[in-house]
Amino acid sequence: MRRFALIALPYAWLLALFLVPFLIVVKISLSDVALSIPPYSPQFSWDEGIGAFLAELDFENFVFLTQDSLYWKAYLSSLFIALVSTVLTLMIGYPVAYGMARASEEWRPTLMMLIILPFWTSFLIRVYAWMGILSQEGFLNQFLLWTGIISTPLTILNTTTAVYIGIVYTYLPFMVLPIYAALDRLDGSLIEAAEDLGCSRLSAFWLVTIPMSRNGIIAGCFLVFIPALGEFVIPSLLGGSGTLMIGKVLWEEFFSNRDWPVASAVAVVLLLILIIPIVLFQRNQQRASEAD
Amino acid sequence: MNSTVFAPWEDPEQKPLIRFQNVTKKFGSFTAIDNLSLDIYEREFFALLGPSGCGKTTMMRMLAGFENPSSGQIELSGRNIVPVPPNKRAVNMMFQSYALFPHLTIWENIAFGLKREGKDKETIATRVHEMLRLTRLERFAKRKPHQISGGQRQRVALARSLAKAPTLLLLDEPLGALDAKLRQDTQFELMDIQEKTGTTFVIVTHDQEEAMTVASRVAVMDEGKLMQVATPDRIYETPNSVYVADFIGDVNIIEGRSRFLEEGQYEIDWAEGQQALHAATSAKFDNGQTCYMAIRPEKITITADRPEAADNCVQGKIHDIAYLGNLSTYHVELPNGTIIKAQTANTRRIARRSFTWEDQVWLSWTATAGVMLAR
Repeated sequence: MRRFALIALPYAWLLALFLVPFLIVVKISLSDVALSIPPYSPQFSWDEGIGAFLAELDFENFVFLTQDSLYWKAYLSSLFIALVSTVLTLMIGYPVAYGMARASEEWRPTLMMLIILPFWTSFLIRVYAWMGILSQEGFLNQFLLWTGIISTPLTILNTTTAVYIGIVYTYLPFMVLPIYAALDRLDGSLIEAAEDLGCSRLSAFWLVTIPMSRNGIIAGCFLVFIPALGEFVIPSLLGGSGTLMIGKVLWEEFFSNRDWPVASAVAVVLLLILIIPIVLFQRNQQRASEAD
Repeated sequence: MNSTVFAPWEDPEQKPLIRFQNVTKKFGSFTAIDNLSLDIYEREFFALLGPSGCGKTTMMRMLAGFENPSSGQIELSGRNIVPVPPNKRAVNMMFQSYALFPHLTIWENIAFGLKREGKDKETIATRVHEMLRLTRLERFAKRKPHQISGGQRQRVALARSLAKAPTLLLLDEPLGALDAKLRQDTQFELMDIQEKTGTTFVIVTHDQEEAMTVASRVAVMDEGKLMQVATPDRIYETPNSVYVADFIGDVNIIEGRSRFLEEGQYEIDWAEGQQALHAATSAKFDNGQTCYMAIRPEKITITADRPEAADNCVQGKIHDIAYLGNLSTYHVELPNGTIIKAQTANTRRIARRSFTWEDQVWLSWTATAGVMLAR
């Protein structure tokens, strides 16, 4: 009975804050757009009864998503951008985590602090700061012009490159921390053992360090990939009109077009796409805890 | 000494396999190894013994190539190995933590070194199987390290380090993580394997019993220096200093002043109102020189009556008895407060023990039973 009470609380929480809102979104996605407040119909009313209400729901909006190429292009483009940024974040994050794990004991808390420090400032402000850095007259262009590397300012802001920079910057800590945790636990004598058995430094890294930090790498990749896929703020602030991402499409459906049913359909499909990596992530975490 | 006894260190013609030449190792201002020279011969089972921080692990890590000496030279088969990196040395190490790769199976762990040599699959499979059989691990080949017991892990570590057939195998506290019973069995297993493979073993340990059991020679170290290098029996019977005598086993140390009696015979005046002790030694002592008498408890006889014709004889009262099952150690307090330990085998049942607390007893030993030491 006590066990049931213990589980009941988090489940009630999930039910109230995730499942119920999600079901509402699903319901809206099955409705039709209407000029009313809220802007969709049918509205549920007790007079007509539940049967009549359900009869009016249909999958029209989902069919529409497959007909307009904008949506599947946005999904694909989001997947691609999320994938590439995950790889980039990994390539930058791994050496950072490795350096932190190899740093002397007294330096580690400071390095850890530096990784966490950006969270003390609002995410939005940090993205705005990047606008100031990347714009035509921004710090980066001014610096490059001053050093003489370039003679005309580069166009970075409002391109996909800026989106990559934004995502990599924002999600780097989520990549670094799990990898650092894995590398920190790595027993140094394993590397020595590998060298003792004939490995060069490099092959010891490939054969021991990388496989030993595998769980950290996988966790980091999911932690970057999952939020990056639905990212809205970064592409709309840094990416300009040229960058197509599903988060931005979703925003525009809701607030510019006021087409709540289609926007909800987009959200439901996005969630279905995200369920796959989330399940894989959960399984990885579970396997990691079993191995310990 | 007959010719079949293995003692290459006594043969000046023998070339040592390992030669430390005036090796010094400093970590900052701390001197871990202090101008040390040592020869180790082929097929030896050599033990480096000492308290923690004495430099024994540093010696081993220098042999493996993980540390380089600050000065001096280390030779392996006549070649200076100081500039050779660890992965190019014909030396393998068994780590204290075993350092098994947790993401690989037992089979893959043992094959790890062989694969790095680029051997073909068949050779590797044969060699791994051979190692599995040697260490009786055939049944566990497919398991991961966390799925086997500590004793089995220890054997995997041994098999892995032996797989490449190294010229020299280093063992860093190999049995430290095992419980006492398993440790004893494993000691004999190690000796068996060492004999079967003919590999030179260098073992680092702080457990003197372990060193005595397995080693052909033992080096007792303290503060980066070698205190004594000799066979286990010599170390035990004829330690060269109070430090070595005290480090190995149980011992009574009696401080006194030497008095020359005749060639090889000395008297030691050691306490007011006590009869001088009589000792035989081949070393030379000056009259009145401070000296120490080291005598093992089991070499002291304990009797109720004064024994006749004993070289040394003192009377005291039993202060304490340590019952060890097979042995009993009596702590006998002399009238001047000195405690002397005497040990006897419990050949009779405990109910019929001859002495008990507060009994007046006589302790006696011969002139050759103890060792007279200058320091």
